[in-house]
Amino acid sequence: MSLLDWLTQALEVIVALAAAPLFLGWINQCRAWLQNRRAPSLLLPYYGLRKLFHKDAVIATNASPLFRAAPYVVFGTMVTAAAVIPSMGTRLPFTDAADAIVLVGLFATARVFLALAAMDVGTAFGTLGARREMMIGFLAEPALLMVIFVASLITATTTLPAISERLALQELGLYPSLAFTAVAFTMVLLAENARIPVDNPATHLELTMIHEAMLLEYSARHLALMEWAAALKLFNYAGIGFALFIPWGVNMGAGPLALLASVPLLALKLALAGAGLALVETVSAKLRVFRAPEFLATAFLLAVLGLLVHLLLRAA
Amino acid sequence: MDGLTLDLQILNALAALLLLLSFAMLAQRRIVRLVNLFALQGAVLSLATALLAWRTGDGQLYVSAALTLLLKVILLPWLLHRLIRRLEVYWDTEPMLNIVGTMLVGLLIVVFAFGLAQPITALASTATRSAIGIAVAVILLAFLTMITRRKAMSQVVGFLSMENGLFFGAMSATYGMPMIVELGIALDVLVAMLVLGVFFFQIREQFDSLDLNNLESLKDEDR
Repeated sequence: MSLLDWLTQALEVIVALAAAPLFLGWINQCRAWLQNRRAPSLLLPYYGLRKLFHKDAVIATNASPLFRAAPYVVFGTMVTAAAVIPSMGTRLPFTDAADAIVLVGLFATARVFLALAAMDVGTAFGTLGARREMMIGFLAEPALLMVIFVASLITATTTLPAISERLALQELGLYPSLAFTAVAFTMVLLAENARIPVDNPATHLELTMIHEAMLLEYSARHLALMEWAAALKLFNYAGIGFALFIPWGVNMGAGPLALLASVPLLALKLALAGAGLALVETVSAKLRVFRAPEFLATAFLLAVLGLLVHLLLRAA
Repeated sequence: MDGLTLDLQILNALAALLLLLSFAMLAQRRIVRLVNLFALQGAVLSLATALLAWRTGDGQLYVSAALTLLLKVILLPWLLHRLIRRLEVYWDTEPMLNIVGTMLVGLLIVVFAFGLAQPITALASTATRSAIGIAVAVILLAFLTMITRRKAMSQVVGFLSMENGLFFGAMSATYGMPMIVELGIALDVLVAMLVLGVFFFQIREQFDSLDLNNLESLKDEDR
């Protein structure tokens, strides 16, 4: 492992931490434009985080230590996940420790702690949100795994940077299986990050909320960490999407110049992805909670179809 | 894909699209959309046939493509839409199995169909042979659509979609059936559609609904 690889690794985590709220702000801005509203500042998520970090935390009297620990665990898993995803370079020293399946496991860990913390205080809303989150989670996880398996089958490896590298280097062609999985992945991304067809990220105190319901008891620095972690999660999902479906434009061992070039390219990809996400959220209506399993079953179906189609048509 | 030419890649992509459309039909509750999906499936089939005709230089396949376009994209959907308007059936009732369950059964069927088609694929010598599995899957999924629906209208669309699958299967296994057979089938489907249209009116006259569960009781006194 050369010095450059370690530098890439460090830079990736720092960029993820710094840019995640910006990405969220950009999506909110695009959404506002598309809906003919005056757009909030691009930096609004940062202001929100700063405000929350300066407040004093209030914790319910019957909260257990788990409730206090959960924000740090959730934030920590998201930072770890950011270290494994090749957003700027594929030669990451950290990837020997964790492949794509571990990545899904990291997301699951964060989800479990979030749900446990939501149920810890014992309010009705927290429990309700936790239950819904677990329902979404147990349907979205197999779909995400299937998406990764399709890419793994094509490239014969499960480490995300290696998958990304081989996808980028192989001959260009039409891959129906990858097209299916790309749609499936987008659906999983929307569901897992509490975006609009499944959950509405813009409202508190709505009876159909999922993610926000779990955070109701948190305040100050705990809430800030939770919101930062949510932004990081979205950033990480975008990173996984780029690694699988737009694998070009990252440093694949070419040298410091390639690493330097990958920064504006990553910004461009994020800008486009954010605008696309805002568009999807604007044109689709929020589903009833009981329709969400159908939505995720469709994602799972598409991913499995991608797998089957790959197995069938590859034989030709 | 591993060294496939571009036209074959496009054919494979169209085959995958056909399979996807079959699933969309399986999940669709509204009859109007079901008919639109059927028309789209016909369009994809017609495009695939035309591409295959261009690839093989077979003049008969061009005729098949034109026939598919005319019959399955324009004429039959138009007839179906007119029937829907006149019978005023816009929604199917909830299918026998819920949508998620139906789709999971559909997945198992696709696995089964791909396994079933493997020996045929091994025997066929056409360039498109790997799509035979998809054709079998489309046929069986259309079957499933028919089984899980209650209204006569959606069952007929399922039946027509099954014919799409058969046509695609013949195309990928042997570059299409003989012209005379194809013409015969096309005429058959058209006449069947017209006769079934008359049937719909008779069924509705008798039971005030197009729900085929009503047909299961044999005698009037049982009801």
